[in-house]
Amino acid sequence: MKMRQTKNPEKLKLAFYWAASCGGCEIAALDIDEKILDVVAVADILFWPVAIDTKYKDIEAMEDKSIDVCFFNGAIRTSENEHMAKLLRSKSKVLVAFGACAHTGGIPGLANVGSREEVFNVAYLDNPSTENPNKITPKTSIKVKEGELTLPEFYDTVKSLNQVVDVDYYLPGCPPSPELISEAIDTIVQNKLPPKGSVLAPSKSVCDECKFEKCEKKISEIKRIYEVKEVDPNKCLLEQGIVCMGPATRGGCDARCLNANMPCTGCGGPTPESSDQGAKMISALASILGVKDEEKMDEKEVEELIEKVRDPLGTFYKYALPTSLINRRVMK
Amino acid sequence: MRKKVEYTQLIHEEKKHTKAQRMTDNFEPNIIAFLCNWCAYAGADLAGTSRIKYPPNMKSIRVMCSGRVDPAFILEALKNGADGILVAGCHPRDCHYQSGNYKAKRRILLLKKLLHQLGINPSRVRFEYISASEGQRFASAVTEFVDDLKKFGPNPLSGVA
Repeated sequence: MKMRQTKNPEKLKLAFYWAASCGGCEIAALDIDEKILDVVAVADILFWPVAIDTKYKDIEAMEDKSIDVCFFNGAIRTSENEHMAKLLRSKSKVLVAFGACAHTGGIPGLANVGSREEVFNVAYLDNPSTENPNKITPKTSIKVKEGELTLPEFYDTVKSLNQVVDVDYYLPGCPPSPELISEAIDTIVQNKLPPKGSVLAPSKSVCDECKFEKCEKKISEIKRIYEVKEVDPNKCLLEQGIVCMGPATRGGCDARCLNANMPCTGCGGPTPESSDQGAKMISALASILGVKDEEKMDEKEVEELIEKVRDPLGTFYKYALPTSLINRRVMK
Repeated sequence: MRKKVEYTQLIHEEKKHTKAQRMTDNFEPNIIAFLCNWCAYAGADLAGTSRIKYPPNMKSIRVMCSGRVDPAFILEALKNGADGILVAGCHPRDCHYQSGNYKAKRRILLLKKLLHQLGINPSRVRFEYISASEGQRFASAVTEFVDDLKKFGPNPLSGVA
Protein backbone atom coordinates (compact mmCIF):
# COMPACT_ATOMS: atom_id res chain seq x y z
CA MET A 1 0.00 0.00 0.00
CA LYS A 2 1.31 3.40 -0.94
CA MET A 3 1.59 5.60 2.08
CA ARG A 4 -0.25 8.80 1.60
CA GLN A 5 1.55 10.02 4.67
CA THR A 6 4.86 10.39 2.83
CA LYS A 7 3.35 12.83 0.38
CA ASN A 8 0.85 14.47 2.61
CA PRO A 9 1.49 14.82 6.31
CA GLU A 10 -2.18 15.34 7.04
CA LYS A 11 -3.83 12.04 7.91
CA LEU A 12 -7.07 10.73 6.44
CA LYS A 13 -9.96 11.15 8.82
CA LEU A 14 -12.20 8.08 9.06
CA ALA A 15 -15.41 7.30 10.88
CA PHE A 16 -17.28 4.04 11.40
CA TYR A 17 -20.86 3.73 12.50
CA TRP A 18 -23.37 0.96 13.04
CA ALA A 19 -27.09 1.38 12.68
CA ALA A 20 -29.51 -1.59 12.56
CA SER A 21 -26.92 -4.32 12.25
CA CYS A 22 -25.58 -7.34 14.08
CA GLY A 23 -22.05 -6.05 14.61
CA GLY A 24 -20.55 -8.48 12.12
CA CYS A 25 -19.41 -5.63 9.89
CA GLU A 26 -17.41 -4.19 12.78
CA ILE A 27 -15.63 -7.52 13.14
CA ALA A 28 -15.13 -7.62 9.37
CA ALA A 29 -13.33 -4.29 9.55
CA LEU A 30 -10.82 -6.02 11.85
CA ASP A 31 -10.65 -9.07 9.56
CA ILE A 32 -8.22 -7.17 7.39
CA ASP A 33 -5.74 -8.30 10.08
CA GLU A 34 -2.35 -6.58 10.15
CA LYS A 35 -3.47 -4.24 7.40
CA ILE A 36 -5.29 -2.32 10.12
CA LEU A 37 -1.82 -1.08 11.13
CA ASP A 38 -1.37 0.39 7.64
CA VAL A 39 -4.74 2.01 8.01
CA VAL A 40 -3.94 3.68 11.32
CA ALA A 41 -0.58 4.76 9.87
CA VAL A 42 -2.35 6.85 7.24
CA ALA A 43 -5.60 7.59 8.98
CA ASP A 44 -7.06 8.92 12.18
CA ILE A 45 -10.28 7.34 13.35
CA LEU A 46 -12.52 10.11 14.64
CA PHE A 47 -15.59 8.11 15.50
CA TRP A 48 -16.17 4.40 16.03
CA PRO A 49 -18.68 3.64 18.80
CA VAL A 50 -17.76 -0.04 18.99
CA ALA A 51 -14.05 0.63 19.54
CA ILE A 52 -13.41 4.14 20.81
CA ASP A 53 -15.15 6.36 23.29
CA THR A 54 -16.63 9.17 21.30
CA LYS A 55 -20.06 10.69 21.74
CA TYR A 56 -22.69 11.83 19.28
CA LYS A 57 -22.12 15.39 20.49
CA ASP A 58 -18.48 15.16 19.36
CA ILE A 59 -19.73 14.54 15.82
CA GLU A 60 -22.32 17.28 16.12
CA ALA A 61 -19.58 19.72 17.13
CA MET A 62 -17.51 18.98 14.01
CA GLU A 63 -17.56 21.22 10.99
CA ASP A 64 -19.38 19.93 7.91
CA LYS A 65 -17.30 17.66 5.65
CA SER A 66 -14.56 17.31 8.24
CA ILE A 67 -14.59 13.49 8.01
CA ASP A 68 -12.92 12.21 4.83
CA VAL A 69 -14.60 8.83 4.66
CA CYS A 70 -17.39 7.38 6.78
CA PHE A 71 -18.09 3.65 6.68
CA PHE A 72 -21.71 3.21 7.64
CA ASN A 73 -23.03 -0.27 8.32
CA GLY A 74 -26.53 -1.36 9.25
CA ALA A 75 -29.98 -0.60 7.97
CA ILE A 76 -32.24 2.28 9.03
CA ARG A 77 -34.72 0.95 11.53
CA THR A 78 -35.17 3.72 14.09
CA SER A 79 -35.20 7.51 14.19
CA GLU A 80 -31.78 7.32 15.86
CA ASN A 81 -30.39 5.40 12.86
CA GLU A 82 -31.86 8.00 10.54
CA HIS A 83 -30.55 10.92 12.60
CA MET A 84 -27.03 9.46 12.61
CA ALA A 85 -27.17 8.76 8.89
CA LYS A 86 -28.09 12.37 8.20
CA LEU A 87 -25.54 13.70 10.68
CA LEU A 88 -22.69 11.59 9.32
CA ARG A 89 -23.71 12.46 5.76
CA SER A 90 -23.32 16.15 6.44
CA LYS A 91 -20.00 15.69 8.28
CA SER A 92 -18.44 13.34 5.70
CA LYS A 93 -16.93 13.99 2.30
CA VAL A 94 -17.44 10.37 1.26
CA LEU A 95 -20.13 8.11 2.70
CA VAL A 96 -19.75 4.38 2.10
CA ALA A 97 -22.66 2.00 2.70
CA PHE A 98 -20.74 -0.83 4.31
CA GLY A 99 -22.23 -4.32 4.13
CA ALA A 100 -25.53 -5.79 3.02
CA CYS A 101 -27.75 -3.94 5.56
CA ALA A 102 -26.63 -0.47 4.53
CA HIS A 103 -26.42 -1.50 0.88
CA THR A 104 -29.70 -3.37 0.34
CA GLY A 105 -31.42 -3.49 3.73
CA GLY A 106 -29.99 -6.82 4.86
CA ILE A 107 -31.49 -9.34 7.21
CA PRO A 108 -33.12 -6.66 9.45
CA GLY A 109 -35.01 -5.72 6.28
CA LEU A 110 -36.89 -9.01 6.42
CA ALA A 111 -38.88 -7.41 9.24
CA ASN A 112 -40.68 -5.56 6.45
CA VAL A 113 -43.02 -8.56 6.30
CA GLY A 114 -44.47 -7.16 9.51
CA SER A 115 -45.23 -3.79 11.06
CA ARG A 116 -43.90 -2.20 14.23
CA GLU A 117 -46.89 -3.55 16.10
CA GLU A 118 -46.28 -7.09 14.90
CA VAL A 119 -42.58 -6.90 15.71
CA PHE A 120 -43.35 -5.58 19.21
CA ASN A 121 -45.97 -8.27 19.74
CA VAL A 122 -43.47 -11.00 19.02
CA ALA A 123 -40.63 -9.38 20.91
CA TYR A 124 -42.45 -8.13 24.00
CA LEU A 125 -45.87 -9.76 24.29
CA ASP A 126 -46.66 -13.01 22.52
CA ASN A 127 -43.49 -14.91 23.16
CA PRO A 128 -43.96 -17.97 25.41
CA SER A 129 -40.73 -17.23 27.26
CA THR A 130 -41.52 -13.54 27.73
CA GLU A 131 -42.89 -12.35 31.03
CA ASN A 132 -44.47 -8.96 30.63
CA PRO A 133 -47.62 -8.80 32.79
CA ASN A 134 -48.03 -5.03 32.36
CA LYS A 135 -47.75 -5.39 28.58
CA ILE A 136 -45.06 -2.77 28.29
CA THR A 137 -43.75 -2.03 24.83
CA PRO A 138 -41.23 0.68 23.90
CA LYS A 139 -42.66 4.20 23.76
CA THR A 140 -40.94 7.26 22.36
CA SER A 141 -41.41 9.18 25.58
CA ILE A 142 -42.67 8.68 29.10
CA LYS A 143 -43.00 11.00 32.02
CA VAL A 144 -41.55 9.81 35.31
CA LYS A 145 -41.15 11.78 38.48
CA GLU A 146 -37.54 12.64 37.60
CA GLY A 147 -38.63 14.08 34.25
CA GLU A 148 -39.25 12.87 30.73
CA LEU A 149 -37.52 9.78 29.34
CA THR A 150 -37.27 9.27 25.60
CA LEU A 151 -36.43 6.47 23.19
CA PRO A 152 -35.88 6.65 19.43
CA GLU A 153 -38.92 5.91 17.32
CA PHE A 154 -39.10 2.40 15.89
CA TYR A 155 -40.23 2.53 12.25
CA ASP A 156 -42.69 0.20 10.54
CA THR A 157 -40.43 -0.13 7.53
CA VAL A 158 -36.71 -0.85 7.46
CA LYS A 159 -34.77 1.15 4.87
CA SER A 160 -31.37 0.90 3.26
CA LEU A 161 -28.93 3.77 3.78
CA ASN A 162 -29.50 5.28 0.33
CA GLN A 163 -33.22 5.53 1.02
CA VAL A 164 -32.55 8.18 3.67
CA VAL A 165 -29.35 9.93 2.55
CA ASP A 166 -27.16 10.34 -0.51
CA VAL A 167 -24.59 7.50 -0.61
CA ASP A 168 -21.30 7.71 -2.50
CA TYR A 169 -20.17 4.08 -2.58
CA TYR A 170 -21.41 0.64 -1.63
CA LEU A 171 -19.48 -2.28 -0.20
CA PRO A 172 -21.65 -5.38 -0.56
CA GLY A 173 -21.57 -8.56 1.51
CA CYS A 174 -22.66 -9.89 4.86
CA PRO A 175 -20.07 -8.93 5.89
CA PRO A 176 -17.93 -7.54 3.04
CA SER A 177 -14.95 -9.81 2.44
CA PRO A 178 -11.57 -8.69 3.81
CA GLU A 179 -10.31 -8.50 0.21
CA LEU A 180 -13.06 -6.09 -0.80
CA ILE A 181 -12.46 -3.97 2.31
CA SER A 182 -8.70 -3.85 1.67
CA GLU A 183 -9.25 -2.93 -1.96
CA ALA A 184 -11.69 -0.21 -0.98
CA ILE A 185 -9.27 1.23 1.54
CA ASP A 186 -6.47 1.15 -1.05
CA THR A 187 -8.53 2.99 -3.61
CA ILE A 188 -9.48 5.59 -1.02
CA VAL A 189 -5.91 6.08 0.20
CA GLN A 190 -4.58 6.31 -3.36
CA ASN A 191 -7.48 8.56 -4.27
CA LYS A 192 -8.51 6.34 -7.20
CA LEU A 193 -12.18 6.12 -6.41
CA PRO A 194 -14.54 5.14 -9.25
CA PRO A 195 -17.54 7.30 -10.22
CA LYS A 196 -19.95 8.15 -7.44
CA GLY A 197 -22.64 5.55 -6.84
CA SER A 198 -20.38 2.61 -7.72
CA VAL A 199 -20.55 -0.67 -5.90
CA LEU A 200 -16.98 -1.45 -4.89
CA ALA A 201 -17.11 -5.05 -6.10
CA PRO A 202 -16.86 -6.90 -9.42
CA SER A 203 -19.91 -6.73 -11.65
CA LYS A 204 -20.03 -10.50 -12.16
CA SER A 205 -22.26 -12.98 -10.41
CA VAL A 206 -21.21 -15.38 -7.67
CA CYS A 207 -21.47 -18.26 -10.21
CA ASP A 208 -18.60 -16.66 -12.05
CA GLU A 209 -16.32 -17.16 -9.04
CA CYS A 210 -17.71 -20.51 -7.96
CA LYS A 211 -15.59 -23.66 -7.99
CA PHE A 212 -18.42 -26.02 -8.85
CA GLU A 213 -18.76 -27.28 -12.38
CA LYS A 214 -21.80 -26.01 -14.23
CA CYS A 215 -23.51 -28.10 -16.89
CA GLU A 216 -26.90 -27.69 -18.47
CA LYS A 217 -29.14 -27.17 -15.50
CA LYS A 218 -32.13 -29.41 -14.97
CA ILE A 219 -33.55 -30.10 -11.57
CA SER A 220 -36.52 -32.24 -10.75
CA GLU A 221 -36.92 -31.37 -7.10
CA ILE A 222 -35.86 -28.87 -4.45
CA LYS A 223 -33.97 -30.18 -1.44
CA ARG A 224 -33.13 -28.62 1.89
CA ILE A 225 -29.46 -28.92 2.76
CA TYR A 226 -30.03 -31.56 5.43
CA GLU A 227 -31.91 -33.70 2.94
CA VAL A 228 -28.81 -34.11 0.79
CA LYS A 229 -26.85 -37.03 2.17
CA GLU A 230 -23.65 -36.29 0.32
CA VAL A 231 -22.88 -33.18 -1.64
CA ASP A 232 -21.15 -33.96 -4.92
CA PRO A 233 -18.00 -31.82 -4.58
CA ASN A 234 -17.85 -31.10 -8.29
CA LYS A 235 -21.40 -30.46 -9.36
CA CYS A 236 -23.22 -27.12 -9.17
CA LEU A 237 -25.38 -27.07 -6.04
CA LEU A 238 -28.43 -25.91 -7.99
CA GLU A 239 -28.08 -28.96 -10.19
CA GLN A 240 -28.10 -31.04 -7.01
CA GLY A 241 -31.44 -29.51 -6.08
CA ILE A 242 -30.17 -27.06 -3.45
CA VAL A 243 -31.42 -23.50 -3.84
CA CYS A 244 -28.33 -21.36 -4.39
CA MET A 245 -28.67 -17.62 -4.99
CA GLY A 246 -25.42 -17.52 -7.00
CA PRO A 247 -26.96 -16.70 -10.39
CA ALA A 248 -28.80 -13.63 -9.03
CA THR A 249 -26.11 -12.33 -6.69
CA ARG A 250 -23.16 -10.00 -7.21
CA GLY A 251 -19.81 -11.65 -6.63
CA GLY A 252 -16.63 -10.26 -5.14
CA CYS A 253 -16.69 -12.72 -2.27
CA ASP A 254 -14.70 -15.40 -4.14
CA ALA A 255 -17.72 -17.65 -3.53
CA ARG A 256 -16.67 -18.15 0.08
CA CYS A 257 -19.82 -20.02 1.07
CA LEU A 258 -19.60 -22.30 -1.95
CA ASN A 259 -15.99 -23.09 -1.07
CA ALA A 260 -17.37 -24.45 2.19
CA ASN A 261 -19.98 -26.47 0.25
CA MET A 262 -22.75 -24.16 1.38
CA PRO A 263 -25.12 -22.50 -1.08
CA CYS A 264 -25.04 -18.75 -1.70
CA THR A 265 -27.77 -16.95 0.22
CA GLY A 266 -27.50 -13.71 -1.73
CA CYS A 267 -25.70 -11.23 0.54
CA GLY A 268 -23.95 -9.49 -2.36
CA GLY A 269 -27.24 -8.01 -3.52
CA PRO A 270 -28.51 -7.97 -7.08
CA THR A 271 -26.22 -8.14 -10.08
CA PRO A 272 -25.70 -4.75 -11.79
CA GLU A 273 -28.13 -5.37 -14.64
CA SER A 274 -31.04 -6.50 -12.52
CA SER A 275 -33.50 -4.33 -10.70
CA ASP A 276 -34.76 -6.98 -8.34
CA GLN A 277 -32.72 -9.83 -6.93
CA GLY A 278 -35.67 -12.02 -5.97
CA ALA A 279 -37.43 -11.64 -9.31
CA LYS A 280 -34.20 -12.62 -11.02
CA MET A 281 -33.91 -15.72 -8.89
CA ILE A 282 -37.56 -16.66 -9.39
CA SER A 283 -36.93 -16.39 -13.10
CA ALA A 284 -33.74 -18.47 -12.96
CA LEU A 285 -35.05 -21.15 -10.64
CA ALA A 286 -38.39 -21.59 -12.36
CA SER A 287 -36.70 -22.03 -15.70
CA ILE A 288 -34.59 -24.98 -14.55
CA LEU A 289 -36.97 -26.59 -12.07
CA GLY A 290 -38.94 -29.39 -13.68
CA VAL A 291 -37.52 -28.99 -17.16
CA LYS A 292 -37.38 -32.74 -17.56
CA ASP A 293 -40.73 -34.06 -18.77
CA GLU A 294 -42.22 -30.58 -18.63
CA GLU A 295 -44.35 -31.40 -21.65
CA LYS A 296 -45.99 -34.30 -19.89
CA MET A 297 -46.53 -32.58 -16.55
CA ASP A 298 -50.10 -31.64 -15.73
CA GLU A 299 -51.07 -28.47 -13.87
CA LYS A 300 -51.21 -30.20 -10.52
CA GLU A 301 -47.74 -31.68 -10.83
CA VAL A 302 -46.27 -28.30 -11.73
CA GLU A 303 -48.00 -26.76 -8.73
CA GLU A 304 -46.64 -29.45 -6.42
CA LEU A 305 -43.16 -28.87 -7.75
CA ILE A 306 -43.36 -25.12 -7.16
CA GLU A 307 -44.84 -25.76 -3.72
CA LYS A 308 -41.46 -27.27 -2.74
CA VAL A 309 -40.02 -23.76 -2.60
CA ARG A 310 -41.31 -23.16 0.91
CA ASP A 311 -40.49 -19.52 1.49
CA PRO A 312 -39.75 -17.55 -1.68
CA LEU A 313 -39.60 -14.20 0.12
CA GLY A 314 -37.18 -15.35 2.81
CA THR A 315 -35.05 -17.29 0.35
CA PHE A 316 -34.86 -14.85 -2.55
CA TYR A 317 -34.92 -11.57 -0.62
CA LYS A 318 -32.94 -12.60 2.43
CA TYR A 319 -30.81 -9.47 2.22
CA ALA A 320 -32.60 -7.20 -0.24
CA LEU A 321 -36.26 -6.79 0.66
CA PRO A 322 -36.09 -3.04 1.49
CA THR A 323 -34.49 -2.25 -1.88
CA SER A 324 -36.63 -4.60 -3.96
CA LEU A 325 -39.45 -3.44 -6.23
CA ILE A 326 -42.11 -4.14 -3.62
CA ASN A 327 -40.19 -3.40 -0.46
CA ARG A 328 -42.56 -4.58 2.23
CA ARG A 329 -45.70 -6.50 2.96
CA VAL A 330 -48.78 -4.43 2.21
CA MET A 331 -49.78 -2.58 5.40
CA LYS A 332 -53.34 -3.17 6.42
CA MET B 1 -35.10 2.35 -22.54
CA ARG B 2 -37.87 3.85 -24.66
CA LYS B 3 -40.06 0.84 -24.06
CA LYS B 4 -39.75 1.16 -20.32
CA VAL B 5 -40.88 4.77 -20.25
CA GLU B 6 -43.91 3.99 -22.37
CA TYR B 7 -44.81 1.11 -20.14
CA THR B 8 -44.74 2.99 -16.86
CA GLN B 9 -46.40 5.96 -18.51
CA LEU B 10 -49.19 3.68 -19.58
CA ILE B 11 -49.94 2.86 -15.99
CA HIS B 12 -49.43 6.38 -14.67
CA GLU B 13 -51.72 7.95 -17.21
CA GLU B 14 -54.38 5.48 -16.35
CA LYS B 15 -53.90 6.25 -12.68
CA LYS B 16 -54.34 9.98 -13.30
CA HIS B 17 -57.42 9.57 -15.44
CA THR B 18 -59.30 7.30 -13.17
CA LYS B 19 -58.21 8.39 -9.74
CA ALA B 20 -61.53 10.02 -8.95
CA GLN B 21 -63.41 7.20 -10.55
CA ARG B 22 -61.45 4.60 -8.61
CA MET B 23 -62.57 6.09 -5.32
CA THR B 24 -66.19 5.51 -6.19
CA ASP B 25 -68.18 2.30 -6.29
CA ASN B 26 -67.85 1.79 -10.04
CA PHE B 27 -64.22 0.81 -9.88
CA GLU B 28 -62.73 -0.02 -13.26
CA PRO B 29 -59.61 -2.17 -12.91
CA ASN B 30 -56.52 -1.38 -14.89
CA ILE B 31 -55.00 -4.50 -16.45
CA ILE B 32 -51.60 -4.84 -18.07
CA ALA B 33 -51.50 -7.83 -20.40
CA PHE B 34 -48.33 -9.40 -21.72
CA LEU B 35 -49.37 -11.24 -24.85
CA CYS B 36 -47.27 -13.70 -26.80
CA ASN B 37 -46.72 -12.60 -30.38
CA TRP B 38 -47.44 -16.06 -31.81
CA CYS B 39 -50.64 -16.95 -30.04
CA ALA B 40 -52.41 -14.72 -27.50
CA TYR B 41 -51.68 -11.48 -29.34
CA ALA B 42 -53.06 -12.99 -32.53
CA GLY B 43 -55.96 -14.33 -30.45
CA ALA B 44 -56.66 -10.80 -29.23
CA ASP B 45 -56.52 -9.64 -32.84
CA LEU B 46 -58.99 -12.28 -33.82
CA ALA B 47 -61.32 -11.23 -31.02
CA GLY B 48 -61.14 -7.73 -32.49
CA THR B 49 -61.68 -8.65 -36.13
CA SER B 50 -64.50 -10.99 -35.12
CA ARG B 51 -66.17 -8.09 -33.26
CA ILE B 52 -66.27 -10.05 -30.03
CA LYS B 53 -66.98 -7.70 -27.14
CA TYR B 54 -64.87 -7.61 -24.02
CA PRO B 55 -64.26 -4.93 -21.38
CA PRO B 56 -61.81 -2.16 -22.35
CA ASN B 57 -59.81 -2.41 -19.11
CA MET B 58 -56.80 -4.08 -20.66
CA LYS B 59 -53.64 -2.53 -22.08
CA SER B 60 -51.69 -5.04 -24.08
CA ILE B 61 -47.95 -5.31 -24.42
CA ARG B 62 -46.81 -7.65 -27.15
CA VAL B 63 -43.86 -9.86 -26.25
CA MET B 64 -42.19 -12.42 -28.47
CA CYS B 65 -42.91 -15.18 -25.97
CA SER B 66 -44.58 -15.49 -22.58
CA GLY B 67 -41.16 -16.76 -21.48
CA ARG B 68 -39.87 -13.23 -22.08
CA VAL B 69 -41.92 -11.91 -19.19
CA ASP B 70 -39.50 -11.36 -16.33
CA PRO B 71 -41.18 -11.58 -12.90
CA ALA B 72 -39.70 -8.12 -12.34
CA PHE B 73 -42.03 -6.74 -15.06
CA ILE B 74 -45.01 -7.97 -13.09
CA LEU B 75 -43.70 -6.60 -9.79
CA GLU B 76 -42.99 -3.28 -11.47
CA ALA B 77 -46.51 -3.12 -12.92
CA LEU B 78 -48.01 -3.87 -9.50
CA LYS B 79 -45.74 -1.32 -7.83
CA ASN B 80 -46.93 1.29 -10.32
CA GLY B 81 -50.54 0.57 -9.49
CA ALA B 82 -51.78 -1.93 -12.07
CA ASP B 83 -54.74 -3.81 -10.60
CA GLY B 84 -54.19 -6.99 -12.56
CA ILE B 85 -51.56 -8.55 -14.80
CA LEU B 86 -52.47 -11.03 -17.48
CA VAL B 87 -49.78 -13.14 -19.06
CA ALA B 88 -51.00 -15.21 -21.97
CA GLY B 89 -48.97 -17.71 -23.94
CA CYS B 90 -49.26 -20.72 -26.19
CA HIS B 91 -50.89 -23.97 -25.19
CA PRO B 92 -48.57 -26.70 -23.86
CA ARG B 93 -46.51 -28.27 -26.68
CA ASP B 94 -47.35 -25.24 -28.86
CA CYS B 95 -44.62 -22.76 -27.92
CA HIS B 96 -42.91 -21.20 -30.92
CA TYR B 97 -39.65 -21.47 -28.97
CA GLN B 98 -40.43 -24.93 -27.60
CA SER B 99 -40.48 -24.22 -23.87
CA GLY B 100 -41.10 -20.52 -23.12
CA ASN B 101 -44.68 -21.12 -22.02
CA TYR B 102 -43.65 -23.77 -19.48
CA LYS B 103 -41.08 -21.43 -18.00
CA ALA B 104 -43.62 -18.61 -17.83
CA LYS B 105 -46.14 -20.87 -16.11
CA ARG B 106 -43.64 -21.94 -13.44
CA ARG B 107 -42.33 -18.42 -12.91
CA ILE B 108 -45.81 -17.09 -12.36
CA LEU B 109 -46.70 -19.87 -9.93
CA LEU B 110 -43.59 -19.09 -7.92
CA LEU B 111 -44.24 -15.36 -8.14
CA LYS B 112 -47.78 -15.88 -6.83
CA LYS B 113 -46.35 -17.53 -3.73
CA LEU B 114 -44.17 -14.47 -3.23
CA LEU B 115 -47.12 -12.10 -3.75
CA HIS B 116 -49.06 -13.96 -1.12
CA GLN B 117 -46.21 -13.37 1.32
CA LEU B 118 -46.16 -9.69 0.38
CA GLY B 119 -49.86 -9.39 1.21
CA ILE B 120 -50.96 -8.97 -2.41
CA ASN B 121 -53.76 -11.16 -3.71
CA PRO B 122 -52.00 -13.69 -6.00
CA SER B 123 -55.10 -13.80 -8.20
CA ARG B 124 -54.20 -10.33 -9.45
CA VAL B 125 -51.74 -12.16 -11.65
CA ARG B 126 -53.27 -14.52 -14.16
CA PHE B 127 -51.72 -16.91 -16.63
CA GLU B 128 -53.72 -18.16 -19.61
CA TYR B 129 -53.11 -20.43 -22.55
CA ILE B 130 -54.69 -18.79 -25.60
CA SER B 131 -53.99 -19.82 -29.15
CA ALA B 132 -54.17 -17.61 -32.25
CA SER B 133 -57.53 -19.12 -33.16
CA GLU B 134 -59.15 -18.55 -29.77
CA GLY B 135 -60.59 -15.06 -30.01
CA GLN B 136 -63.56 -16.08 -27.93
CA ARG B 137 -61.39 -17.62 -25.25
CA PHE B 138 -59.33 -14.42 -25.11
CA ALA B 139 -62.42 -12.27 -24.70
CA SER B 140 -63.87 -14.47 -21.98
CA ALA B 141 -60.52 -14.62 -20.12
CA VAL B 142 -60.39 -10.81 -20.02
CA THR B 143 -64.05 -10.54 -19.05
CA GLU B 144 -63.62 -13.05 -16.23
CA PHE B 145 -60.46 -11.33 -15.03
CA VAL B 146 -62.14 -7.91 -14.97
CA ASP B 147 -65.04 -9.37 -12.96
CA ASP B 148 -62.61 -10.92 -10.48
CA LEU B 149 -60.64 -7.69 -10.12
CA LYS B 150 -63.80 -5.69 -9.52
CA LYS B 151 -64.43 -7.97 -6.57
CA PHE B 152 -60.88 -7.56 -5.28
CA GLY B 153 -60.98 -3.76 -5.59
CA PRO B 154 -58.04 -1.47 -6.37
CA ASN B 155 -54.44 -2.64 -6.03
CA PRO B 156 -53.38 -1.82 -2.45
CA LEU B 157 -50.13 -0.39 -3.83
CA SER B 158 -51.92 2.11 -6.06
CA GLY B 159 -52.41 4.49 -3.16
CA VAL B 160 -56.16 4.75 -3.56
CA ALA B 161 -57.25 1.48 -1.99
